[in-house]
Amino acid sequence: MAITFDKALGIHQQALLVRTQRAEILANNIVNADTPNYKARDIDFRGILNGEMSQNASQLKLNATQASHQSGLMDPNFAAEMMFRTPLQPSLDGNTVDVQQEQAEYAKNALAYQASYTFLNKKFTGLMNAIKGE
Amino acid sequence: MSLTNIFNIAGSGMSAQSIRLNTVASNIANAESVSSSMDTTYRARQPVFALIQQQVLAGQSANEVVASGAGQGVQVTGIVESDAPLRQQYEPTHPMANEEGYVFYPNVNVVEEMTNMISASRSFQTNADIMGTAKEMMQRVLQLGQA
Repeated sequence: MAITFDKALGIHQQALLVRTQRAEILANNIVNADTPNYKARDIDFRGILNGEMSQNASQLKLNATQASHQSGLMDPNFAAEMMFRTPLQPSLDGNTVDVQQEQAEYAKNALAYQASYTFLNKKFTGLMNAIKGE
Repeated sequence: MSLTNIFNIAGSGMSAQSIRLNTVASNIANAESVSSSMDTTYRARQPVFALIQQQVLAGQSANEVVASGAGQGVQVTGIVESDAPLRQQYEPTHPMANEEGYVFYPNVNVVEEMTNMISASRSFQTNADIMGTAKEMMQRVLQLGQA
């Protein structure tokens, strides 16, 4: 059984990609906090995960029997479904960005990114240890 | 890589906020610039913010469409002059007074401008923070795989 990077790294590389895209969307929300009629947007990370799990439950176990099987759990293409945020209070200029909320989400996203990064890095460290045989 | 996009987005926000700060400075500086006619009097200036929408190009992958759907930051589409009525005051001894003895003061509301200034500087700060976080995320990726 051949060892491939895709198998070894699991879902973490896709998770990292989704986190990066979400960071971009949140940054765009914050930047447009003063733009009239701008509507805050976000992707639903849990929705992406649940959608993947219900649709491709077998993928969760990563038991690919053919070379063409997908290795990852998360498909960043699911992120294409961006949704508008429900505003907590209306504003006169039609803007729905709550800067505090967006900033909190951005910080949370950055932390989750670091978590995914740490997992990915540990995978690499494990591979390195396996190669060195120490 | 969409992390580099965050730099562009936050940068656009910072430049838009500094334009806003510029108009505030100009408005406050000219708050007492009197004139002898209505046409030559300074009027308060305000920037107009708008979302930068990237055009979806043919042949883009789904990821690129997502990235473009996220927008590309904020832009200042123009600067408008306020239509609020000018302040007309009867000061016959003023050197700028017209034949009837009136001088015209700009329609700058200093309190409004001060709140505008605070809001702009806070937004600028937030954008700078966003950029700092994106930088940290990027630096981490550069260290990937290093023990």
